[in-house]
Amino acid sequence: MLDSDPTGNGAAHPAKGGDAETILEVTNIEVIYNHVILVLKGVSLTVPKGAIVALLGGNGAGKTTTLKAISNLLHSDRGEVTKGAIRYLGADVTELDPATLVQRGVIQVMEGRHCFEHLTVEDNLLTGAHTRSDGRGAIEADLDMVYTYFPRLKERRKSQAGYTSGGEQQMCAIGRALMSRPQTILLDEPSMGLAPQLVEQIFEIVKSVNENEGVTFLLAEQNTNVALRYAHYGYILESGRVVMDGPAAALRENPDVKEFYLGLSEEGRKSYRDVRSYRRRKRWLS
Amino acid sequence: MELLRNIFVTPFVDMVAAPDFLMQVVWEGLVSGVLYALIALGFVLIFRSSRIFNFAQGIMVVFAALTLVGLHEMGIPAWIAVAGTLGVMFALAWTVERVVLRPLVGQPDIILFMATIGITLFLIGFGETIFGGENKQMITAELGIPTGDFVLEPFGGLLILQHIDVTAVVVAGLLVVGLVAFLNYTRMGRAVRALGDDHQAALSVGISLQTIWVLVWFIAGVIALVTGIAWGSRAGVSFALEIIAYKALPVLMLGGLESITGAIVGGLLIGVLEKLFEIYWGAPLLGGNTESWFAFVLALTVLLFRPQGLFGEKIIERV
Repeated sequence: MLDSDPTGNGAAHPAKGGDAETILEVTNIEVIYNHVILVLKGVSLTVPKGAIVALLGGNGAGKTTTLKAISNLLHSDRGEVTKGAIRYLGADVTELDPATLVQRGVIQVMEGRHCFEHLTVEDNLLTGAHTRSDGRGAIEADLDMVYTYFPRLKERRKSQAGYTSGGEQQMCAIGRALMSRPQTILLDEPSMGLAPQLVEQIFEIVKSVNENEGVTFLLAEQNTNVALRYAHYGYILESGRVVMDGPAAALRENPDVKEFYLGLSEEGRKSYRDVRSYRRRKRWLS
Repeated sequence: MELLRNIFVTPFVDMVAAPDFLMQVVWEGLVSGVLYALIALGFVLIFRSSRIFNFAQGIMVVFAALTLVGLHEMGIPAWIAVAGTLGVMFALAWTVERVVLRPLVGQPDIILFMATIGITLFLIGFGETIFGGENKQMITAELGIPTGDFVLEPFGGLLILQHIDVTAVVVAGLLVVGLVAFLNYTRMGRAVRALGDDHQAALSVGISLQTIWVLVWFIAGVIALVTGIAWGSRAGVSFALEIIAYKALPVLMLGGLESITGAIVGGLLIGVLEKLFEIYWGAPLLGGNTESWFAFVLALTVLLFRPQGLFGEKIIERV
């Protein structure tokens, strides 16, 4: 893809790490819910092929909205992209319906897992292959692939998904997305409500899927610590804007990130009041 | 004493005394039960895939039957008229999805329910304008449905099975088996079940709501046509046919709104029990005509003890 910013609005456009091919490019999008609530105020980001890119930020920063804008699931939440463009492999995908996008290789794993609770785990996985037309054999083979990544799911394959644990449901949701043979997975809050050990396990699997299957990940996460350890590149969102971005290693060392998102600071712990006033003076952008 | 005796003893004595008559009553009950079950299945299918309680199911039965008879009256051969009616039901499903469901996506359930009442009123008016409101004869003979009867003689008595009824039971049974197989073993069927659980997730894996909704409403249309033919050949085709759909309501309460097994068992149970009650208790003790309310009382009683119905899906909730 082009290295220059097509809109000429360079404010929040990232410098790209390395010269890998760009798979997904979001340029200056604005999202409005219910015709009145402005949630994203010009978000731009670039995802290189084969990378794990993290979207970080607190509640209401716009992480989920960004992912849904890309996968086009905003519609059923009464939201719409009013400005900007989303390009996947060079083609404009802003108006495509989710099914077409899944066929093109982009699939979202939603926040809160959203398994089909009355279907068995295996049926859940098979719904992931709904858009595929390459035959039963290929789908069976992928089912085996998913079971090698998630041996736990193989044990539970005949149980109704609603009766499995939170971790198993998260695995089921990721496995279901894998069944569509995606190039890119948009992963929303994989750590939500899971024990630290399980979070680590899920991220390990994300990493190995990324390395072995070459799947690109764009993941939204509140757990900055874990996300920055596994991602290659990170974007930090605050109230609907990208306020900072950079390679994950650099973000990890950044003093502001350390203080606001990792809870570390040079001078040891501060009182909450100091932090608040400090933060007000030192908003990064906007 | 006399009353207790009439409630608890006499009916059973009568049953044992004339087993052939008992079998006749059970058979009649089964035949209407199969049709109740079929209609209930139409409700269940639409409810599972869109959480819409489809009030229009009843009028779809009338509309399908009227279209079939109407097309035949225009001089179209019976079987081509059936194909034409299927086409009309497909067009109806497509239109409902386009005009009613799609613009209302994401609205509260009650609004969609109101919309199906709107569809009902529209179909009543539309059907009456095109085909007229008078009672019509179902084209039973033209469709090649046999009209004779089997006469069996169990226990030295007499059991008459009308060919129409046997055909209805067989066709309805096949339709039910086909539907269950479709839902459980095909890609589209799995998508229908998935959609019932979680719209957003279904969208996210690339299941198209529009396609599934058209499909499900079309299946409901096919069910309506089969029921319309079966019921129409016993009672004639008129707007009064709609009440058979209201009989499906207690079936749904009894069986649960999501359960296919529930719809089938509930339908058969209500069909048989209301006939038995009418013949052995209703007619002698209450002056008859209990069939119009018995099913509702039975369903209410079940609801008192099992709010999700006998077979409703347990609401899975994790804390």
